[in-house]
Amino acid sequence: MRDPFPQSANGPRPDKVTPARLGLYAFLVIAALFFLLPAYVMLVTSFKSMEEIRSAQIFSLPHLFDWSAWIKAWSSACAGVNCTGVSAGFWNSVKITIPATVLSVLLGAVTGYALSFWRPPGGKILFAAITIGGFIPLQIFLFPMVRATAMLGLYNSLAGIVLVHVVFGLPLTTLLFRNYYASIPVELFKAARVDGAGFWRIFVSLMLPLSLPMLIVAGLMQMTGIWNDFLLGLVFAGRDNLPMTVQLNNIVTTTTGQREYNVHMAATVLTALVPLVAYFVSGRWFVRGITAGSVKG
Amino acid sequence: MVDQPAARIPASSPARTRATGRLRLPVAALAALTPAWLIILLVYLGTTIWTVQLSLTNSRMLPSSEFVGLAQYERLFGTARWTISIQNLLTFGVVYVVGALVVGFLLAVAVDRHVRFESMWRTVFLYPYALSFIVTGLMWQWLMNPEIGIQATMRAAGWTWFTFDWTTKSSMAIYAVALAGIWQSAGLVMVLMLAGLRGIDADLWRATRIEGIPLWRTYISIVLPQLGPSIATAFMLLTMGAVRTFDLVVALTNGGPGQSTEVPAKFIMDSLFARQDLGLATAGATVMLATVMAVTIPILYARDIWARRRAGTI
Repeated sequence: MRDPFPQSANGPRPDKVTPARLGLYAFLVIAALFFLLPAYVMLVTSFKSMEEIRSAQIFSLPHLFDWSAWIKAWSSACAGVNCTGVSAGFWNSVKITIPATVLSVLLGAVTGYALSFWRPPGGKILFAAITIGGFIPLQIFLFPMVRATAMLGLYNSLAGIVLVHVVFGLPLTTLLFRNYYASIPVELFKAARVDGAGFWRIFVSLMLPLSLPMLIVAGLMQMTGIWNDFLLGLVFAGRDNLPMTVQLNNIVTTTTGQREYNVHMAATVLTALVPLVAYFVSGRWFVRGITAGSVKG
Repeated sequence: MVDQPAARIPASSPARTRATGRLRLPVAALAALTPAWLIILLVYLGTTIWTVQLSLTNSRMLPSSEFVGLAQYERLFGTARWTISIQNLLTFGVVYVVGALVVGFLLAVAVDRHVRFESMWRTVFLYPYALSFIVTGLMWQWLMNPEIGIQATMRAAGWTWFTFDWTTKSSMAIYAVALAGIWQSAGLVMVLMLAGLRGIDADLWRATRIEGIPLWRTYISIVLPQLGPSIATAFMLLTMGAVRTFDLVVALTNGGPGQSTEVPAKFIMDSLFARQDLGLATAGATVMLATVMAVTIPILYARDIWARRRAGTI
């Protein structure tokens, strides 16, 4: 797989330390502050007491590191009358994200493989339709999908929300795998055919092991996308399966009592944690996913 | 294993280099594509037709089959909240797309100039893209909250004239949404532009230096045009994101103050669920679909031509 940033920097080489060079670093530092400050504020505020928050010094470190907001955010903050913190949403998101990611990645891999190597009749039309389908706004599907899942008895259920994620993940995963397989030498496939291997055997023993990098990239993209979803979870998951993003928003917009900003910010950081960890652990793969998903091969 | 004679496999001709399984119908492949076909036909095509069809009936709370032509669209564009939503989306879209493109381009150029710790800078600029719009919206909501956010901090520090209360002012709230959006998406543009910058011939830099062309001129007149495909991709992704904007508004302003940050995607959701007005919701969704297709299809087409031209010339 092609590295999106093959060489190191390609821009003009710098001379020495010049004013322009200093300006460049000044720009980078200011930009970094702009990107980092919101997260920093979020983090320090979550450790402050409400009294300290009201004193309005958002950039200062807490006088005393206080974990109680985190504990409350996790286990007892209220969304309406439901006081379970974001933990229930966290486990719901886990239960939604894992099967939806695995299924949609496998579906994308099989579809991409069949389209790439087998060229079945109608394959080109299918791929064009999938590509265009990826751009259709979700709003157009909502009412019919609600009706259809209700008819199947899947509306407001875990299976229902997983199915919906798999369905709407198809364009991205298919695109990723089809382009990836297009870069694999077709001779490999032909050799396997000569050896008498069939469709599934070539897929399982040859193509899947070969596509490990893309399995990681597609899995990562789907995982963060599904974890960060709000709209589909709101509409299809049902009250017992609300994902973490929806629950977070419900907690923050619950207006009874005083607004506990430290608890809200702790809950926000907790919700952001899974995709952030995935991003920091996998950095390079994440970048590959973005370029592979957007720049068609 | 060798139960199939090798002779059955057709010799590859240029016309069908990949079509090794063409002699017989690839039954297994067709079977494997069934889920994808079902999804495309039933979900993507089927529900789109259903929605468009509903928008042409007099459906209100319940779907109806009475054909009323474009009456729902007349009602839609006669609804102040919808037209305000479109105006807001235009303002937001222009500021967000242009802002993210400019910031992302500057970041890419800066990172591409042999800076130290390049990957650290990249990581810092891209991380917001891993966050959900709900998280992004809530973060900026607090930063811009006049009582506990940046404004309060600056005033407490003695700068009593300092004002940063966009989310509470109806004239400025839409720019607050755009700011949060730019913060979230600039890193994406940076990554796409950086991929483009790395594809530029290294000789170009030598040539412009020998010619004595100023650096900013080189970037504007020579580098920028070469980034065409990257810019088109970024533009398309951002525009699509703008049209779909829903969660960010919900978390940051929830449409307010007043209707100053209402957007079409939210209008459709509210019509569908809160107000249960199917006619308006489906008509709005159809307008949204038409807009997205009008933007993406020409760009997809242009990018395809670009790719072919490149493959042909190099």
